Amino acid sequence: MCLAIPIRVEALLPDQMARVTLGGVSKVVSVALLDDVRPGDYVLLHVGYALTRLDPVEAERTLAMMREAAVPALRAMEEAAA
Amino acid sequence: MKYIDEYRDGALARSIAATIAREASPDRHYKFMEFCGGHTHAISRYGIEDLLPSNVEMVHGPGCPVCVLPIGRIDDAIRLAMRSEVTLCTYADLMRVPASGGASLMKAKAAGADIRMIYSPMDAVLIAEAESARQVVFFAIGFETTTPSTALAIGLARRKQLSNFSVFCNHVLTPPAIRAILDTANLPEVERVLVDGFVGPAHVSTVIGTTPYVALAAEFEKPVVVAGFEPLDVVQAILMLVRQVNQGRSDVENQYIRAVAPEGNLIAQAEIAEIFELREMFEWRGLGELPMSALRLREAHAQFDAERRFDVVPVPAADNPACECGDVLRGLKKPADCKLFGTVCSPETPMGSCMVSPEGACAAHWTYGRFRDRAKASIVQAAA
Repeated sequence: MCLAIPIRVEALLPDQMARVTLGGVSKVVSVALLDDVRPGDYVLLHVGYALTRLDPVEAERTLAMMREAAVPALRAMEEAAA
Repeated sequence: MKYIDEYRDGALARSIAATIAREASPDRHYKFMEFCGGHTHAISRYGIEDLLPSNVEMVHGPGCPVCVLPIGRIDDAIRLAMRSEVTLCTYADLMRVPASGGASLMKAKAAGADIRMIYSPMDAVLIAEAESARQVVFFAIGFETTTPSTALAIGLARRKQLSNFSVFCNHVLTPPAIRAILDTANLPEVERVLVDGFVGPAHVSTVIGTTPYVALAAEFEKPVVVAGFEPLDVVQAILMLVRQVNQGRSDVENQYIRAVAPEGNLIAQAEIAEIFELREMFEWRGLGELPMSALRLREAHAQFDAERRFDVVPVPAADNPACECGDVLRGLKKPADCKLFGTVCSPETPMGSCMVSPEGACAAHWTYGRFRDRAKASIVQAAA
């Protein structure tokens, strides 16, 4: 029910609507819940409404933290192999 | 696809899980509840339980709106749909939920009721606009993720001055449900769910932010880590919970920083507040009557309230007595503990709501988890 998918905003339309794409599929959705959306932004789409903007900097930081969380295990495996 | 594929890296997930195994103290058991059905689904689908050490256990929570909706509300919706002037618009998840006397929306539709599955509440408004002779009722359910969309649809119907659109509102709130799980002081011991922390909601939190969990974490001394729905998000959140438990902390942390701000979506919160107000009491399947846990339309929007327009009078209705959905939703039992599971109850012929929605604990276990149970059982048999 709370499913929401990351989609790219292609163009802004009147009445707080926007054209978006995902994997080649294009759709018109509402961006009334967000301010200052721009073409090229990625937003989370839920039942036809964009819920939040995805932050590319925080997304990269999350991946960096994930890689960091893997380090102790990887190091242990290397030590075991050596 | 961007923002999806990079969070499904299996090798990285296994390495993070190995770090969890290193850091989890062998002297204790860790039991975390994933509140959301979205997390339940991810844990089952990606086999996250298999990656975790045996002393880190995940239990499923009540965060599946289809699952917690009491049977009486489905009965009400069917009664609405059976009125000749009504077109009932619903999310597809609700179609097969069992109602009283073996009924369901699917069967009501087959019997001739005008029930239509829609993708967005906006679609229901457009149907009302196109078919002015029909009374279009939107069957609104969902946690805070879904509520702003319903609020905006009601605003749209008002601007279009539609007199044939209304909402049967069943929107519920996350924090009171977390409180109901944790506040076990008055329950007998066998009914207490003792968890060490929560994997907190992903998309609910994009709307309400992380601050509503702060008081709960402090009062009950349980850590909460808000996490995204991709498998790497869940594994990282579990590591963050293990670290908090090891350090004796019970803080609210945010793993899903790419989508969730501490204050949430203020526009969405304002739209909700404009249209809805708290109900004094609302019944949840599994959790019973919870005060201030659900929303209804404000008096100013009464004309769009299906309960007022059609005088919906609640009729008490009991669940199938053999169904364990209630205990599964509270984390007291696992799907396979129910004697109906996989016998008379399956996604094709669900007896209880947890077997209906893909994010229901029983449906997730049926689709993915039961094969692991079988594999484990054969290993045990081979060893014996």
